[in-house]
Amino acid sequence: MAAPLTLVLILSVTIRAVLFRSSLAELISERVEVVSPLNAWKRVVEGLALLDLGVSPYSGDVFHETPLVIYLFHFVVDYAEIVFMVSTFEFSGKYNLFIKQKYALEADRYPHDCLELMRSPKEMHYIPLKVAMFYLLNPFTILSCVAKSTCGLNNAVMALFILSTLKGSALLSAIFLALATYQSIYPLTLFAPGLLFLLQRLYIPVNPCRSRFWFFTVQYSVMFIGSLLVIVCLSFFLLGSWDFIPSVYGFILSVPDLTPNIGLFWYFFAEMFEHFRFFFICVFQINVFFYTIPLSVKLKEHPVFLIFMQIAIISIFKSYPTVGDIALYMAFLPVWSHLYRFLRNIFLVSCVLLACTALFPVLWHLWIYAGSANSNFYYAITLLFNVGQILLVSDYFYAYLRREHHLSQGLYLRRKDGSEATLVLK
Amino acid sequence: MAALSRKWDPLFVLVLGSLVFSCKGDVLKTSNDRTESISATKIEESSPQAADLGDLRQSDEAESNEDRKAFTPPPPNDQFQEEMVIRPLYSGDIYASFQFRTQWDTDFLHDGKKAVSHYRLFPKSLGQVLSKFSVRELHISFTQGYWRTMQWGQPFIPSPPGAELWVWFHHTVTDVDGNWKELTNVLSGIFCASLNFIDSTNTVEPSASFKPLGLGNATDHRFLRYATLPREIVCTENLTPWKKLLPCGSKAGLAVLMKSEKLFHSSFHSQAVHIRPVCKDWQCTSTAWELRQTLNVVFDLYTSGQGKKEWSLFKMFSRTLTEACPLASSSKIYVDVTDNPGGELFDLSPSSPLISTAVVLGDRRTYSVYDLTKKETFGQLRSLNLLLRWKGESDDMLRPPLHAERYVSGFGLQKGEIHTCLYNSHPYRAYPVLLLDSLPWYLRLYVHTLTVTSKTRENKPSYIHYQPSKDRLRPHLLEMLVQLPPHSVTEVTVQFERALLKWTEYTPDPNHGFYIGSSVISALVPSIVAMDTNSTRDRPLFSSFFPTKEESSYFMRVYTEPLLVNLPTPDFSMPYNVICLTCTVVAVGYGSFYNLLTRTFQVDEPSAPLAKRLANIIRRLRGVPLL
Repeated sequence: MAAPLTLVLILSVTIRAVLFRSSLAELISERVEVVSPLNAWKRVVEGLALLDLGVSPYSGDVFHETPLVIYLFHFVVDYAEIVFMVSTFEFSGKYNLFIKQKYALEADRYPHDCLELMRSPKEMHYIPLKVAMFYLLNPFTILSCVAKSTCGLNNAVMALFILSTLKGSALLSAIFLALATYQSIYPLTLFAPGLLFLLQRLYIPVNPCRSRFWFFTVQYSVMFIGSLLVIVCLSFFLLGSWDFIPSVYGFILSVPDLTPNIGLFWYFFAEMFEHFRFFFICVFQINVFFYTIPLSVKLKEHPVFLIFMQIAIISIFKSYPTVGDIALYMAFLPVWSHLYRFLRNIFLVSCVLLACTALFPVLWHLWIYAGSANSNFYYAITLLFNVGQILLVSDYFYAYLRREHHLSQGLYLRRKDGSEATLVLK
Repeated sequence: MAALSRKWDPLFVLVLGSLVFSCKGDVLKTSNDRTESISATKIEESSPQAADLGDLRQSDEAESNEDRKAFTPPPPNDQFQEEMVIRPLYSGDIYASFQFRTQWDTDFLHDGKKAVSHYRLFPKSLGQVLSKFSVRELHISFTQGYWRTMQWGQPFIPSPPGAELWVWFHHTVTDVDGNWKELTNVLSGIFCASLNFIDSTNTVEPSASFKPLGLGNATDHRFLRYATLPREIVCTENLTPWKKLLPCGSKAGLAVLMKSEKLFHSSFHSQAVHIRPVCKDWQCTSTAWELRQTLNVVFDLYTSGQGKKEWSLFKMFSRTLTEACPLASSSKIYVDVTDNPGGELFDLSPSSPLISTAVVLGDRRTYSVYDLTKKETFGQLRSLNLLLRWKGESDDMLRPPLHAERYVSGFGLQKGEIHTCLYNSHPYRAYPVLLLDSLPWYLRLYVHTLTVTSKTRENKPSYIHYQPSKDRLRPHLLEMLVQLPPHSVTEVTVQFERALLKWTEYTPDPNHGFYIGSSVISALVPSIVAMDTNSTRDRPLFSSFFPTKEESSYFMRVYTEPLLVNLPTPDFSMPYNVICLTCTVVAVGYGSFYNLLTRTFQVDEPSAPLAKRLANIIRRLRGVPLL
């Protein structure tokens, strides 16, 4: 187990080191798919340059990182490459404990014909390795790391959050969740799965009538809000002003920068009628947060899957998505390897995602450099790419629900008349 | 940073002195009439027939004195002067510069006093604006075409293409932005220009480049506003209101030459209004307001001159001069004859007996002077039609000591780089220049990519003032002080990224591109003339051997070309489609999640065929068991 992991680590370090030194690094760091106005390395450097000039980096509209990031890089700017590498590798260590305790309990509860749905301990053993491989060798992650997108840092914080949650450390989990939220608002929606998982771990039933439930919920919220406040106040003291609040969070929420990216926001708001703009901003932003409630209700027994769903939804519907965000939820896919038999259109979706990934640079070139295409071409690809992602996530959701159904009802269902039954959603 | 800017303040106060060059000629008369009064001018008038002219002038004065006694008007506290300079250019083109100066000893900004209500020579519309908005200084110019420094030398008063407005407000103004907004709207009405498009997205507060040219040493740049509209088209509708501000309008005096069909059929046209407080007399015991209207025009050798190097007032303006403006205290035409000392280069007819020399833009120039207030200037025909006819080829022009150019490099619509090249042609003197760049927010400037190189080595600016932009609110402002080594090219480059705008923010012709205003380069340039020739000046001998600072360098402002930058554009024809398609994708996401969230898995029981169901309904009615 350790040897292959080391191998993967060495391989991924080599790839990144080679790319950092090659002339491709500069090209990659300016791809709109890889960096967004929120996490471009060029903008971090600009923020540092502004600090050096004695200008507040938040007085302009180029820099949108949080103050902690800028002060972090203020000290380690020369070692930036190493920071980005380290941040990606933190990720890989996270899944060691994953899932194990959960499925150990399952075996004797379910009907016998479901045994083939269970994962063998051997399979379980390789999941952390697969996850690490999926993350470290994912071209999206590599691109994001070579571009020095601070998205890698955010992913590392999220990974730490997941790891500490799975290990059952409520305090660490709350702190990392607060850090992730501080970096880019959206991880706020991971509060629910984090809480659900910790409740489950402590064998506290989710029951509003129980005082223990409320006690723990309040405890976790206080830890979360407290650490968030501490971080925000720390940034205030570092910076000496509250300028970063509108410049970071206002920027994320109101989407003033329409630089093309792989998301849905940029072209929509470039073409929006001015008097509907505010309305649609509200609709689109609420859309990201809204799924938390129904998903938490539906998946309250499965918080780990809920985390995956939330991260996927964030990376699809957030205002400035990059491929780094996609890589984060894609790293989860090997965890759900037992769902493959229930996936309906994984082939189609993979083809769509691969084709889109290839077409992004092509159509960008045609629009921006060759001038032989216009913005609609690139926009069409972003649409297709997002449809592909939505299909992928909903397919996994479907498969997960279906597996749960089979676990309780048995794998081979029969109709009343004894013929083989087909399952439908009703 | 503040300390640095303070260090340069005296430098810009000196500028005032050097910019007053054009009024020097006006003071000639007084200095000649009363030779005992030592004027601060640097000009000396040498006239071969001084005795005759002196007699004439005295008799004129006697007449006017008698008139004055008869009507006993109150002593006028305002005066008007007009003049025109014609400079033949080396390229064969001709440069005509008009200056009209109204000076009024009054105080618009006095707090306790009632606002001034009686106007004589000073235009009331501008006076009211000054007092209403507490303006200390106002400079506005409208320019069509670009001044080619390398072909034409330096203009008397430089101006960037398009419209430029800069205003110093009085330090008692509390809401500077509000005043500025209203002022631009009012000026837009006065000059029939689109100055109302000046808003916070193109207004900057330069910290060092624009110092007051008038009295007072206000250095708090919070009271300064500077804006340019590089796309402003200047035409007749701007000229007419400008002419109306003159005391004689276009009825008499030099202004009769301003026919718009000729003025706008030229390579370069620039009209400006400068208002500032100045000293009333040379001791500066009290202040007066000076309104200076200038109009510069360059007629092209080929389009206006039909390729012949032969210029006359009639050919340039399709008018000749018959009289001076009766309200003007002086009215003169200067023709630059520096390169034509013996008349070997061109013929000037009628020739003028009056010659004057002046140090203009660091160079000693000689002018033939035509005084329009004298009858004999107009000769027998009662009209003056100056004629310049070339005889020989002129030599190459002396390179101006400072010039600049600017361009955008890079391809594609994602990013680009602005290059500004500053040329110092002085053979051995290095001097610092202030470079001001005001770029709109949609070019996202990366100041960490700023490089300044001279002679292939990095040349670190000693002062940088950078104000980053705010989207849709504020432009970038980049000011820096760069030392230009002698005889060198200094290249300033900075990278930018082109933003995608909302579809309503594009101009009606978005693929034409966006105009970016000129950079402004301000410098104290070492003068070619070192020695002060004004020996009549009453100065102790020990103080006058070495040239003083004021004369050894002079202020110069250079504007670069405006840029035309293309931005990526969305498809303007399909907002509805985009809204529908994106919403569809969101709905696909919402719908599929909603489906999975609200429904449950059930075994599919095939429903009975239609015939069977109908039969069952009938059976139920009949009360028999169902099928």
